[in-house]
Amino acid sequence: MGKVVLVTGAARQLGGRFVRRVQRDPDVERVVAVDAVTPPHRLGSAEFVHADIRQSSIARVLAEYAVDTVVHLAVTGGAPGAPGGRSAVKETNVIGTMQLLGACQKSPTVRRLVVKSSTSVYGGTARDPAVFTETTQPKSLPAAGFAKEASEVEGYVRGFARRRPDVAVCVLRFANILGPFADSALAEYFSMPVVPTVLGYDPRLQFVHEDDVVEVLRLAAGEPRRGTLNSGTFNIAGDGVLLLSQCARRLGRPAVPLLLPAVTWVGQALRAVGATDFSPEQIRLLTHGRVVETAQMREVLGFRPQYTTAETFADFARSRGKGLLPPERVGRAVDRVAGLLKVDERVER
Amino acid sequence: MADAKVIPFGEDRPRRRGGGARGARAVDAVAAPAQPPGPSRESGPVGLPSPVEESVEAPAGRAGGAGEWDRRIAGGLAFLRRRITGEYEVDEFGYDKELTDQVLMSLMRPLFDKYFRVEVKGVENIPKEGGALIVANHSGTLPLDGLMLQVAVHDHHPAERHLRLLAADLVFMLPGVNELARKAGHTLACAEDAQRLLEAGELVGVMPEGFKGIGKPFGERYKLQRFGRGGFVSTALRAGTPIVPCSIVGAEEIYPMIGNAKTLARLLGLPYFPLTPTFPWLGPLGAVPLPTKWTIQFGEPIPTDGYAAEAAEDPMLMFNLTDEVRERIQHTLYKLLVQRRSVFF
Repeated sequence: MGKVVLVTGAARQLGGRFVRRVQRDPDVERVVAVDAVTPPHRLGSAEFVHADIRQSSIARVLAEYAVDTVVHLAVTGGAPGAPGGRSAVKETNVIGTMQLLGACQKSPTVRRLVVKSSTSVYGGTARDPAVFTETTQPKSLPAAGFAKEASEVEGYVRGFARRRPDVAVCVLRFANILGPFADSALAEYFSMPVVPTVLGYDPRLQFVHEDDVVEVLRLAAGEPRRGTLNSGTFNIAGDGVLLLSQCARRLGRPAVPLLLPAVTWVGQALRAVGATDFSPEQIRLLTHGRVVETAQMREVLGFRPQYTTAETFADFARSRGKGLLPPERVGRAVDRVAGLLKVDERVER
Repeated sequence: MADAKVIPFGEDRPRRRGGGARGARAVDAVAAPAQPPGPSRESGPVGLPSPVEESVEAPAGRAGGAGEWDRRIAGGLAFLRRRITGEYEVDEFGYDKELTDQVLMSLMRPLFDKYFRVEVKGVENIPKEGGALIVANHSGTLPLDGLMLQVAVHDHHPAERHLRLLAADLVFMLPGVNELARKAGHTLACAEDAQRLLEAGELVGVMPEGFKGIGKPFGERYKLQRFGRGGFVSTALRAGTPIVPCSIVGAEEIYPMIGNAKTLARLLGLPYFPLTPTFPWLGPLGAVPLPTKWTIQFGEPIPTDGYAAEAAEDPMLMFNLTDEVRERIQHTLYKLLVQRRSVFF
């Protein structure tokens, strides 16, 4: 008997990709895609159910299809210009998770739950250790916003895991997801012609590629492979670290350092015109950065990302077209100076 | 150490101490990170499109000293090229080895060589490889002693090891400072970061006195303050790395702190606000440190690998080891002070 996988948040880009990928698995019989809005993309042979996870109707969906694996992807920072705005996103994140977990608790068929979370649950201040492990307690969290919601969601999931010890629960804390199709706030940020940064801070960033996200979700939704365990909480990030200044240079978009209050104003202005979602927590990320330890992901979950942080960023940069100062052109300018001075850089290389 | 000040003209790394062989090796070390990170090279035609004819005719026109300068300019341009295209690497702590080696160290070296004329003793006590925790006294109102310690370890150790300093959270709250501190390889003084670095085989520097040491009045100079809660000892025990005690003489007198404007410090959110004979009365001029003569002495390492696994949880052992480290540093300080001829020479 094959598995029946229910995917929430299927109308988002990432949810859609996961739905299309997981239905190709040989041991998956049926994929049920759930979202409150009709997805703009194809879902292949998956069945789309128009349901709002904030309503109790989700319990009927679980029962009707005898779902045994729930992949909860409707925990998002919200795309800029999403219908209903920030409060609707928050409701989906928090109330939606509560409803879904309530339905799972009642369901006799559910065996496995995978929840998409974020490394933003660690917060990130000057007083935090440089590298977060899964057990690090956040020093302080923003009073509102996605980080708070994600940590609340994780709290509910922990409660659910206690009440239903027979269900394998896997929480995946993703670093910033990037890739050619990314529609996150950070992707919007890096698509601006100039990149506003916080003066005097050069945060360390980590990225995870969309393809790796889909793969690791598939790994977590299936049976654990030999010698691995796919329940628990895992940080998911590509290897290595990029500084924001490096990102801007590799992208060829000039960085404009602004004083911290000015960044907040600019953020509000951009938000008002709907250019990008510049939330306080994103400003925090761009101030202090965030790096997580991924040993658990490798050793326990047995997942090796295909892309490093730098490769993920390079793939993203390729998809976004040239900035104002493409690194190739800047590099050529240096080479020209070298040519004028009649020296050969390659000697030193 | 008078010989160390002789810098032969025409060396490839002019600021580097030591003999010619050392200098030559330094070039190799500099050239090594020039290997661009493989994957990110795919991002586009980042190759070297400079016309071939030029590079062919260039070496022909070189001879002797001129070739040396060409090499240096070429090295500088290659460095500039990597920097502005972002093709360099940092570790998970934000440590930028290339920037530290080529820029930050060169900025601190004149202060180390010419201004404070730092004399380094006992550098053989620092292991050639593997993790070790260097524990030093802290003084001087501004943490210049930490920076000088970093230069001392790098320039005097035969393996040119890089010291990873543990800094107070204030460092990481200040704009600008936090950026440079991370790039120079410093990180927050917390057990997690220290242990991670030690287990990775890095040389970690810590000044357990913290603000109590650096912000103490001039009258209490060279009197070691309490060593925190001895957290550094349990971290070293967990990682099984030796503890190298280190005594720094000379840093106490760079900004003699005769008073502390506590109310102002509280208003500014600082642990102390120093009043020295020159600061803040002379404005920015008062921020110039006095040119004292420094001595940095590394003591014999205290091994920590002979203890049982649960030793790190034993408070009695922690306090004993902490006291031992503290005593050793204090004794060495007194010894160095007796030997010292004058504060400035």
